[in-house]
Amino acid sequence: MSSFWSAWIIVLTLAFLVFIIWLLRWNMNNYTGIKEGELMDHEFDGIVEINNPLPRWWMILFWVTIVWGFIYLALFPGLGNFQGLLGWSSSNQEVRSLEESRTATEAHREAGLIVQYDREVQAAEEEFGPIFAALSERPIPELANDEDAVEIGQRLFLQNCAQCHGSNAMGGKGFPNLTDDNWLYGGSPDAIKTTLLQGRQGQMPSFSGQFNEQQITELATYVLSMSGRKVDPELAAAGKKNFAVCSACHGMDGKGNQQLGAPNLTDNIWLYGGSQAAIEETLQNGRNGVMPAWKDILGEDKIHVISAYVYGLSND
Amino acid sequence: MKNVKHEFVEKRVGWLAIFATIVISIGGLVQITPLIFQKQTNEPVVGLEPYTALELEGRDIYIREGCSGCHSQMIRPFRAETERYGHYSLAGEHVWERPFLWGSKRTGPDLARVGGRYSDEWHYVHLMDPRDVVPESNMPGFPWLAENTLDGEYTAKKMEVFRQFGVPYTDEDIAGAKAAVAGKTEMEALIAYLQSLGTALQKQAN
Repeated sequence: MSSFWSAWIIVLTLAFLVFIIWLLRWNMNNYTGIKEGELMDHEFDGIVEINNPLPRWWMILFWVTIVWGFIYLALFPGLGNFQGLLGWSSSNQEVRSLEESRTATEAHREAGLIVQYDREVQAAEEEFGPIFAALSERPIPELANDEDAVEIGQRLFLQNCAQCHGSNAMGGKGFPNLTDDNWLYGGSPDAIKTTLLQGRQGQMPSFSGQFNEQQITELATYVLSMSGRKVDPELAAAGKKNFAVCSACHGMDGKGNQQLGAPNLTDNIWLYGGSQAAIEETLQNGRNGVMPAWKDILGEDKIHVISAYVYGLSND
Repeated sequence: MKNVKHEFVEKRVGWLAIFATIVISIGGLVQITPLIFQKQTNEPVVGLEPYTALELEGRDIYIREGCSGCHSQMIRPFRAETERYGHYSLAGEHVWERPFLWGSKRTGPDLARVGGRYSDEWHYVHLMDPRDVVPESNMPGFPWLAENTLDGEYTAKKMEVFRQFGVPYTDEDIAGAKAAVAGKTEMEALIAYLQSLGTALQKQAN
């Protein structure tokens, strides 16, 4: 804050406090010339006023408030650029980037200033940090069998993941079921953790430009037949001819590719619905599956614990 | 009655109003006026970008549908909030907001950093009917947003007004505003807006 605005605040604040003290002292004297308890000489419609002093309890409260005002302004930031004797602040509001935020936290800690928010976080880190650090040392399959770890993982899951995958982790249309041991990007402990840390971008392109409606119907029919569904064999055979385009991602056998997140088309598990119409819609419009990256939001240690929870859902 | 100076203001309501205004305005002069001239409240955070034309239209839909009645956009510096929402809000993130949409009521969660939290697909499903993805939600659905399309008639005008307030829109931004918006649904605009919220700080982390 520039010294002008600092001075502006200090002068106005202190002048107003002085004004209030003067106002209060002035009103503690009986300046009316009328004795206490006697009638004032004004009257409206028969309503009269007795000259009574300000109530003592009220007066005391007023003085206490003023004294507290001075104590507060001495201890806490309030007078312009004066930081207060305690060196207290609520947070590092002056920062303009995450980097500056970290630097400010460090600098204020070293200077011994009390940044309320940083202290709160530090206290929590000291309490919970070692718990998560210890958990993150242990392999995921082991954690998945540790009741406490699973409970912690479940809580984190419910807070952060249930919005898409559901509180029972069974997902929904467009959001994968995590309990069925069927994985788009792999179900190994490492693959799950990588998915959580970095997120995933699934890209099913639209084929409406490449194939006409008849061809898309044929393709969808062939895809259904791969999962052993009863379909018109002629349509399916016609669709098979164009499947080479799909095999780039899904493989010639349709078993998918976990490197790309291309789903297995032969297991009769459908992320966007397994009806003829739903598959045609997928072919027509394409699909964009997005798993957000959680590394910066939750940190690696917590993600390790959530990974164990997710891994445990399909591996007992 | 002699020496009753107080009677002066008791019997002259005009003067009473003037004195009362002076006394009341002291608080504002001390607490609000200096803020208007602070670097902290005027300088954008690193990497802050103005809303695109589509995001700007989405913001207006956010206002029209009264989202800020239930959703705040202000993460306070408490650990309980930053654990859930991310870094507490900074003044520099809101320098181009007119009016700001901090809100004061959280029936739903804070949205200050909802950008990138969910996929576009999730937002679509959730806005159509929140209970499709969050069964315990009491948020209303907004299915008409997917049907209403924008014509972008006033988008350029809005951006010009914001530019007068100091938002660094270029001439190309404004010239291309209508084309960027026309034909898009309100749903797309709102999702674009939501996906932009609070991302300036998140981008730095990557």
